[in-house]
Amino acid sequence: MTHPGPTATHWRRLHPLTPVVRAGRIVSVLLVALVISNARGPTDNTAGVYDLVLVVIVVLAGAIRWLVTRWTIDGVTLRIESGLLRRDSRQLPLARIQAVDVVRPFLARLFGLSELRVRLAGSSSADGRLAYLSQQVAADLRARLLATHHGIDPDTPEPAEQTLTTVPTGRLVGSVLLSGGITFVPSVVALLVLVRVSSTAAVVFGSAFATYLFGFVQGVWRRISSQYGFSVADAPDGIRIRRGLLGTVAETIPARRVQAVRLIEPFSWRLFGWCRLEVDVAGAAGREERSGRSTTSTKALLPVGSHDLAHHLIATAIPAPQPTTSPPPHRARFKAPLSYHFLEAGHNDVLVMAVTGRVRRTTTWVPMVKAQSIRRIQGPVQRRLGLTTVHLDAAGKRIRAEFRDRAADESDRLVEELTSLSRAARKAEAASGPGAPAGTSAAAGWFVDPSGRHLMRYWDGAAWTDHVRDREVAGVDPPRP
Amino acid sequence: MTESAIVTTWKSPSPRLWKMRCLEAGSVGALVALVAGLAGAQAGAVPGAAAAGGAVLSTGVVLRFLRNRFRSWAYQERDEDLVVKRGVAFRRLSVVPYGRMQFVDVTAGPVERLFKLSTIKLHTAAAASDARIPGLERDEAARLRDQLASLGEAKAAGL
Repeated sequence: MTHPGPTATHWRRLHPLTPVVRAGRIVSVLLVALVISNARGPTDNTAGVYDLVLVVIVVLAGAIRWLVTRWTIDGVTLRIESGLLRRDSRQLPLARIQAVDVVRPFLARLFGLSELRVRLAGSSSADGRLAYLSQQVAADLRARLLATHHGIDPDTPEPAEQTLTTVPTGRLVGSVLLSGGITFVPSVVALLVLVRVSSTAAVVFGSAFATYLFGFVQGVWRRISSQYGFSVADAPDGIRIRRGLLGTVAETIPARRVQAVRLIEPFSWRLFGWCRLEVDVAGAAGREERSGRSTTSTKALLPVGSHDLAHHLIATAIPAPQPTTSPPPHRARFKAPLSYHFLEAGHNDVLVMAVTGRVRRTTTWVPMVKAQSIRRIQGPVQRRLGLTTVHLDAAGKRIRAEFRDRAADESDRLVEELTSLSRAARKAEAASGPGAPAGTSAAAGWFVDPSGRHLMRYWDGAAWTDHVRDREVAGVDPPRP
Repeated sequence: MTESAIVTTWKSPSPRLWKMRCLEAGSVGALVALVAGLAGAQAGAVPGAAAAGGAVLSTGVVLRFLRNRFRSWAYQERDEDLVVKRGVAFRRLSVVPYGRMQFVDVTAGPVERLFKLSTIKLHTAAAASDARIPGLERDEAARLRDQLASLGEAKAAGL
């Protein structure tokens, strides 16, 4: 055969400190308990002995788990084997990667370790997890996975990146406090007023307020610690996001994996001209057992920032000309009195853009290629006014661009236009090389079979060949257009 | 091309679906009328008759709604996509490209089986796309399922 076959498998293990980090949380809790029980007095040490036995069991279990877990890259798949009693072997086809994350929880960070998470469409997040690897191995592996994904030589070093933006800590803290403050400040005022009026009411309200305050502080802390030091960089292998205060997360979203981009402008931020940017990527965040149905995860592309910055990032995430938008007809005011001032939508050949919202303005961009279905809905009120709503759905739950309350005759045309444009976009993508921007072609390699009949098909740099692969089995099947 | 595509024939669910709905609504309505009539009869003959009559009348209203709903279901197999429309108060039209199909569900409940009918549902990666066609005759459902499966395979596109 002319195409590269699987090389001899070279199994590798996780980092030897893995069991220590895994057990770290439990052990630290036990150590604290031990210290406290000893501090009480040196009476009897039976409790301490039990604690020590527990620690030993936890560490032993971790060590066994470490011994039986191994991973390798076998040409186009990442294989992970684990389990002592029930052997579990996972194969992750690299061409189907939706995103690669390097996560470093606080404790792992102390030991210089990282966790690698590979997200595939329609898989649960646990499927592609390698915890823990040394930082260097994790970085190398990520570069290798993404290089293989893009069909270039796996030994290519990680391409240089260009930092697009970082979020200043002051602005992050301000924005988080501001969005929480809208309920916080009135509650404080109400409490102060109540204290003057009646003490019993103040006690009742105060205890409720304390619970609320606890949740509020926790929420603020969680948002600040997860988004701290947020930076976005553009690299040839995708958009890279880094964030985190105690534990850090580095995410890479390969180009053309973005299902939708959302720009959100909460009411309290509008005074400062701030907005938030989110991207939707296919690939599960939670567990979804139903086969064939893929879920999506939402990632913050910018936790807080100015409009100019947001638009610059949108142009990076979806490199396409912006469509011109138009508002719905005036009579839509009767159907949507609160949101009419925001409603707007439009499309061009490659991109759909729609604005919705009553208090918080939300703008959604969906690339035409990502359209899963097109729907038209007309309710009783809309029928009276001669209005209809058209949805363009992308993969996931409630991820769509809405042409809300458009004139009925316009929407008929819209459904046909969106259908044929999204079809044309899909065909253009299938015709162009895998993983490469339209017009250019990717280097030779294994990619997801565009015909859908097999898992992978070999691309020789100019055209699809007859060589196909399903899991471990290689075969021959002409590509037939 | 798009104009001609929209003119291609709309197909409807089997008329047996309407009979099935009549049976379902009719039996529930009769039961409600019986209970209401008996409960009303405790107070006298006139309230009993009125309660039963009311129940029968409301069954009629429900049946009329079901009739409209049954008539509104229609689907069309075009070259590249399946179009399904439905609804009376909220009129919905879904266009699902064959290439976006993830899997096809064919289900038949006990009552549906009695009438030799089944429901076909198309799933895409988007949770919102609802292409569901109820009340298809068995042969038609099997044909449509095979047709969709083969078209979906031929035109499959990546996420």
